[in-house]
Amino acid sequence: MSAKAKTDPMVPELMSISVRRKELADTFTIELDPGKAGFEFLPGQFNMLYAFGVGEVPISISGDPAEPESLVHTIRDVGAVTNALSKMKKGDQVGVRGPFGSCWPVGEAEGSDVVIVAGGIGLAPLRPAIDHILTNRSKYGRFVILYGARSPEDILYMNQLQKWRGRLDTYVDVTVDHAGRDWAGNVGVVTRLIGRANFDPRHTKVMICGPEIMMRFTIKELNQIGVSKEDIYVSMERNMKCAIGHCGHCQFGGHFVCKDGPVFSYARIESLLQVRGL
Amino acid sequence: MVKVEGLDKLLAEHPFFDGMDDASRKTLAGCARNECFDVGDMIAKEGQPAERFYFIRSGSVALEFHTPGQDGLIIETLHDGDVFGWSWMVPPYEWSYDIRVTELTRVTSLEATCLRKKLKKDNALGFELYSRFMPVIAKRLYSARQQLTDMYAKK
Ligand SMILES: Cc1cc2nc3c(=O)[nH]c(=O)nc-3n(C[C@H](O)[C@H](O)[C@H](O)COP(=O)(O)OP(=O)(O)OC[C@H]3O[C@@H](n4cnc5c(N)ncnc54)[C@H](O)[C@@H]3O)c2cc1C
Ligand code: FES
Repeated sequence: MSAKAKTDPMVPELMSISVRRKELADTFTIELDPGKAGFEFLPGQFNMLYAFGVGEVPISISGDPAEPESLVHTIRDVGAVTNALSKMKKGDQVGVRGPFGSCWPVGEAEGSDVVIVAGGIGLAPLRPAIDHILTNRSKYGRFVILYGARSPEDILYMNQLQKWRGRLDTYVDVTVDHAGRDWAGNVGVVTRLIGRANFDPRHTKVMICGPEIMMRFTIKELNQIGVSKEDIYVSMERNMKCAIGHCGHCQFGGHFVCKDGPVFSYARIESLLQVRGL
Repeated sequence: MVKVEGLDKLLAEHPFFDGMDDASRKTLAGCARNECFDVGDMIAKEGQPAERFYFIRSGSVALEFHTPGQDGLIIETLHDGDVFGWSWMVPPYEWSYDIRVTELTRVTSLEATCLRKKLKKDNALGFELYSRFMPVIAKRLYSARQQLTDMYAKK
């Protein structure tokens, strides 16, 4: 599998917004029109999105890799650039560089169980992997999607979660950290869902994306039930500038998150995750 | 009426009792009861005496904090294989939250006074039971602390 940035990786390509959708109070999705050639990428890869006059940010691609005619990004408004992107409307232009980085191990996972553990906005970078697995469902064993959010109002892609749950070949469990009585689902941390998901810990690939602290808790729980480090993959976030391994901005120990990541096997970065302040 | 042998079998099927020797489990079964609750039933209310503790065989319950004039705030939901109600071990033996049933729930419960009497006579059984409770309590505490980090909030 390969999908690499096309022309000069430092020059953004102009794309206009074809669809803009509000997902949550602070989160929105934009679909960009990549033109006739489409935009090929691998699940887990990201683009640098440029809001002109404000700046550039790394954002994972969250659409279906089997539908390259639309380039989808789901973004949480947290600061200057993401806020500028949030104000854009249909027809506005965004600069795009990419796709960059490593991908989720959807190829290596064939033949084993697959467990997706997502927290908050972390479901967006994992959605292309979910789409890929569902398109090629017969190549995988048990398929588990575990998702944790802050509250019922913060559940991303609610309709899609319901659709995935409605399939007879996919196990979906969702939990929130806090809820009132009008919520009939689970309350508790996402790690509590792992024990009852009923997958084979020795023949499974786990893909995790969410806040770093949530990934650490999840890995600990997975280790306890016997999933090996080599079978756990995480997506790391660090501030980025060039996205092609030149500037050193995204350095994480001896790795560059933009080039060697953002998806890493836990076995590769275990020691780094335990270093405070890295 | 379920006989003690039947209750012992129900206890043996619950993960909390995995690996417990037959004699200890049979002693505990003497304090056990088989119960079933409908959606919306309140198994316990904050401040009430904690007279029993419960092993969920199937179903789910919500642990809630009660706020005057408002609906309860759910702290955690518990499901098949979970345990709740360890207030029976700690004076003044009162529930510290409400327990509301969120789907048809079958439980086996143990009566606290009966149990405390047996444990006073049989320290080894007490040790066995407390050693099983500690990991459950530690895990719940760890989960509650994770929730406290509010990890999905904007930083
Ligand atoms: C590989 C990769 C993929 C990403 N994918 C997505 C995605 O799909 N959707 C999405 O919404 N975001 C994603 N991010 C995060 C996104 O890049 C940042 O939120 C963004 O760079 C913030 O820029 P800003 O100018 O809006 O905010 P800034 O002004 O730079 O920061 C504003 C505030 O947000 C905090 N902040 C900055 N970066 C992050 C971060 N990464 N996580 C949490 N808080 C942060 C800062 O500490 C500060 O308090 C990804 C990051 C990486 C590295
Ligand atoms: S962003 Fe420049 S090296 Fe990674």
